[in-house]
This record gives sequence, C-alpha cells and structure tokens, in this order.
Amino acid sequence: MSILVNKNTRVVVQGITGKEGSFHATQCKAYGTQVVAGVTPGKAGQEVEGIPVFNTVREAVKKTEATTSLIFVPPPFAADAILEAADAGIWLIICITEGIPVNDMVRVQRALYGKTTRLIGPNCPGIITAEECKIGIMPGFIHKKGRVGVISRSGTLTYEAVNQLTNLGLGETTCVGIGGDPLIGTGYIDLLHMFQEDDETEAVVMIGEIGGDAEERAAAYIQKEMTKPVVSFIAGITAPPGRRMGHAGAIITGGKGTAADKMASLESAGVTVVKNPAEIGETVKSVLHA
Amino acid sequence: MNIHEFQAKQLFAQFGIPVPKGKEIKNVKAAEKWASVLDTPVFVVKAQIHAGGRGKAGGVKLTKNRAEVPELAKEILGKNLVTHQTGPKGRKVRRLLIEEGAGIAKELYLSLLVDRESGFPTFIASTEGGMDIEEVAEHSPDKLLRESIDPAVGFQGYNGRNLAFGLGLPELEPAVVKPFFQMLENLYRLFMEKNASLVEINPLVITTDKRLIALDGKVSIDDSALFKHSDIQKFRDLHEEEPLEIEAGNNNLNYVKLDGDIGCMVNGAGLAMATMDVIKLAGSEPANFLDVGGGATKETVAAGFRILLKDKKVKGIFINIFGGIVRCERIAHGVIDAAKEVGIKLPVVVRLQGTNAEEGRKLLAESGLKVEGVADLWEAAQRIVALRKKK
Repeated sequence: MSILVNKNTRVVVQGITGKEGSFHATQCKAYGTQVVAGVTPGKAGQEVEGIPVFNTVREAVKKTEATTSLIFVPPPFAADAILEAADAGIWLIICITEGIPVNDMVRVQRALYGKTTRLIGPNCPGIITAEECKIGIMPGFIHKKGRVGVISRSGTLTYEAVNQLTNLGLGETTCVGIGGDPLIGTGYIDLLHMFQEDDETEAVVMIGEIGGDAEERAAAYIQKEMTKPVVSFIAGITAPPGRRMGHAGAIITGGKGTAADKMASLESAGVTVVKNPAEIGETVKSVLHA
Repeated sequence: MNIHEFQAKQLFAQFGIPVPKGKEIKNVKAAEKWASVLDTPVFVVKAQIHAGGRGKAGGVKLTKNRAEVPELAKEILGKNLVTHQTGPKGRKVRRLLIEEGAGIAKELYLSLLVDRESGFPTFIASTEGGMDIEEVAEHSPDKLLRESIDPAVGFQGYNGRNLAFGLGLPELEPAVVKPFFQMLENLYRLFMEKNASLVEINPLVITTDKRLIALDGKVSIDDSALFKHSDIQKFRDLHEEEPLEIEAGNNNLNYVKLDGDIGCMVNGAGLAMATMDVIKLAGSEPANFLDVGGGATKETVAAGFRILLKDKKVKGIFINIFGGIVRCERIAHGVIDAAKEVGIKLPVVVRLQGTNAEEGRKLLAESGLKVEGVADLWEAAQRIVALRKKK
C-alpha cells in the first residue's frame, strides 16, 4: 500500500505546454505515472510526448477519467487553475506553482471548504509513491520502495532525507511535499493519519521549518494518535527573527515559529528530533531497529 | 514588502481610515515650511524607518513650540537609530513624518492578518494599546480578541459587534462605536484589495474630543502580489534594504545576510536553512542564507560567488547542491568557471549529491583549483569549518 497515489492514479497536467509543464509531464510519464491528459486553454488537439492536450479540465476529465491534477500554471492564474480542477471533479490537486498571492489562496481554501477535493501545496515538489507513481518535480531515481513515509515543507531538503533513507536500504512508501507557503492545502496532521493507517509504512519522517505553528499542532496530534515512530528535523535553528528565509511561510514573527519551540513541542510528544540533517536516515534506522 | 508609516497612513486615508494630518519631510527646510502651516497645539516629529521601537530609541519627539520643529527635525534626520528590530548596526533616518498631535483618552490595539490555520483574515484587537502586542499576548492573552472574517461573504455587522462589545467600546466611548464599525470594514477592504499580509494600528486612539484615529500604522504587502499594485511598488525604499540583498534579488537569488563567516550557497530554501544549521553544529556560524533556486546554472552560481565575496566577513565558502533536475556536473562546471573568473582565494568546499554527483566531484578534483568536492553533508560541513579555522 501507499497513501494518496499509486500506479493506477490517472493524472492531468494543467499548464502542460509550458516549459516546466512539458518537461515534468514527460519525466513523470517516464517514471511510470499514468499521465493521461494535459490542459492549456486554446491548445486542444496538440500532444505533448503523446499526451493529449485539452482546453479545459472539465473536458480532460470527461475524455480521460483523470482523477488527479498536477498544476504548473504561473502564479497570477494558479488560483483559477486550482478552482477549475476542483469544479471538474478532480479529487487530488497537486500545485507546484510558487508565488501565488496569499489572498488568492484565502479564497481558494474557502471555496474548497467542505468539498471532498484535496489540495497538496502550493509551492511544493509534489507526491511520489516509490517505484509506482511520481506526480511532481522530485528526482525519481533517489526513491526506492520501502518502509518510511515522508512529509515535508521543503523540496531539496526532502530529497536529502530520501536519499539517506534509500542509501541505508530503508526505502520509502510515499513522500509528500506539503509546500513552503503560509497557506497550504493539506497539512501534516491529515498525512500523519494516513501514514498511521497505511500497512506498509512503519515510520514517518516529518521535515519542518521555521514559521507558523503547524509543527506544534502536529506534535499534539502525534502524542494523541500516532503509534508508529516519527522522526523529525526542523530547519532554521540559525534563522534570525523577522526575516523571510526563501519560502514565503518561513519567517519567525513576534517570537513565534522558532525552530527551538517546534523541536521542544515535538520532543515532548515523543517524536525523535534530529538536530543534524545529515543524520535523518541513521536515526530512522535506529528507531526502527529499537 | 514593508512600507513606511507615512505610506501606510496614505493608504489608510485612501480607504477612509482617519489619520492625523501629516506630511513626509526629507529636510529641515521642508520641516520649517510644514510647521508654519500645520494648525495644531502639538507637533509630532517621527523618524521613518522600517523598524519598531522608534520612540524608545529617540526617533519620536513632541513639541508644543512651532519654532522648535525644525530643530527636532535636524536632530533626528541623519541620526542612526538602534531599536530592538534594527539589529546592532541600526538604521539611518532619511525621512520624517511630521504630523499633528492628538489628545489621547484611550489607546487600543487593532490588526488584521491571515490566520495560517483557518486561512481566514483575522482581526486581533485589544484594549491594551500602545504596548508591544507580543508582550500582551504573553502576559495577558485573555486581553486579545480575535475575529475571523469569512472571505466568502466579507466583513459583516456581527464581526463588528463582536469586536466592539468585546472591547467594551460602548462603555469606553459610545461616540466612537459607529466610526469603529466603519474603520473595521475599511481595513478589511484595504487588506484584501491591496494584498496586505499585515495591517496594524498601534495605538488606535480615542481622542479627548471623542474621535477615533490611527495614530500609528504598519502595513506589509504580500511580495507575491506586488505585480498587481504599481502604486505600492513605488513605496519600496532601497535604503531600508541590505545592498547585497538587492543585488541578489536582481539576479533572481534569494539572499539574507547574517553575521557569521562561512558563506553558503545552496539550491532550495529548506536545504539552505538546514545547511546553515549544519555549519553551526560543526562549530562555525553561517554568513548568509543563499538559495540559488531549483534551476541553478553557471550564471547563477557565478552571481552567487560575487555576492558571497562582497561580504568581507566571509572566510570560507560552502556550496551544498542536491542535484535533482539540476545536474551536478553542470554545477561543477559553473563553480570552476566562476572560481576562475572571480578569482577565489578563500577555501571552498562543494558538497555535491544526487544526479551525476560523482562526475561533478571528479571535475572539481581535476580542475587544479583549491576547491574540494565532498559527498557527505556532515563531512563537508566539518571540512569547511576546519579549513576556515586553519586560515
């Protein structure tokens, strides 16, 4: 098993004729993902590496039965693209786009409220179920089917952790990049729950960073509900307050959102907190063998 | 993006939120001229820098004497203000806001921001105005009122009543209740229309003549939405930014200057932060945060080098690249070319991992440069710290 996506997942890529969209749609397809459709308004009838392009998501869903969407639409139009996918009955939307205005996301989240559609991201690397299905921009070759679920707010830092897990022979079930923006669709808690329920996942790596209180809330959930071991790294112990560290959501405001606070919350919830990001894999190994 | 108080107040005025009558002043002569026409019993001279705590640092002065205004302007203009938000270097004052004073009966606090958990714009209000709101939150959290606005329907009457009655406004001063409702609605409109990430009025003042006035104002605008607002782009003040950060921005690099001496260049924001943390664990301090982005090229690496080298504190350079879509051998070429072009004399450790990492390390080893390629993150961090200490 795995969570959210597997080899049967049918994917439509929104913004498929753009530079990023066409490159990554091709990469995902090469990994084995069923990329069944692409959408770019006005470009219906074209093909990208054999993937048919449609004008609207509605049309793409009707013709190809896509259930999952991967979005590469530029920031000014990305909120519209998310809402279009939701309206067309897509149940899992993965938005890679970085730099969507927060107030656009305020409206999107409100519109998705109460719907069954699940949003991952924006500003995320996507989701991958090792050796089955890659829906995102992560390098596929570092992933190996295995025992560990990964949840992360970051991109390359996730690859770092995955690489360690793979090199130690532990491997991964599903890896989910939840995104580095202040407002994101799916957070840690829903995914922790899914990994807890997933038969193949034996441990979870949770990678956080400064800003907000999502890690603190996840800690409370872990303490109450998780029986599987959770290993966590929080980036930004050296980050100064009041400065945005790359990600729109990575900022310490009013003394809140520090790495130290997050680590303390997680530790008191029974999570194994790793101080050195080079030791994520080793720590998971020792936790699994304990 | 942060803007100045006088700019925030211009936005307030534009959206019908009452502010004291005032003007942006850049020199003593202008101060004298403005003081001669401003009709008020009390003149307020306020330093305009992007940092709080100006009052305590001597950046805000009051006088009843019209003739004294130019002297106060002279005293503050050009002064280096050090507040708890500027860092030890402080910030030079280049502009003032000179405005009318207000007779204060009561100080309140009011702000609006997006609550990250609910995703709703949320007002925060308190009767403890004029104080550091973080302190109020810590010592008397019960004095903070929160009111979320449903973005589907916008600001509603009940939102206003919850806040007004919650603050006890009808008892404090019944005459300001209606203006308060109007102010909340206008603030919400400003927040959404201008893509603010924070609007804060501290203090929001009830005057002795029963008016409600935004005596101070802070507005931050969402960087991602600046493309929609050419009027706000004009508010940008480059003097308030670190020169190296401006140069990095012009090269599409994400750079934040810190105080340590190991310069870092990394692809990806999360990994860049983790790299800083690893340098500290290895016994040194990072000189900066630098994210060269997912599509790092020879050009971005060269630009990154130039920026790192302009920071004279930097004694060693640590490059950490996880090759995914970006191939490590390309980065290695970029590092070699840039190192030759820029002429690097400092120790450089390049940690390459991921796509074609081995090939990249081989290129570095054969380059004849004093650039070391290392595969393991922890080993690489320890190596650069050791090299820096040897120097």
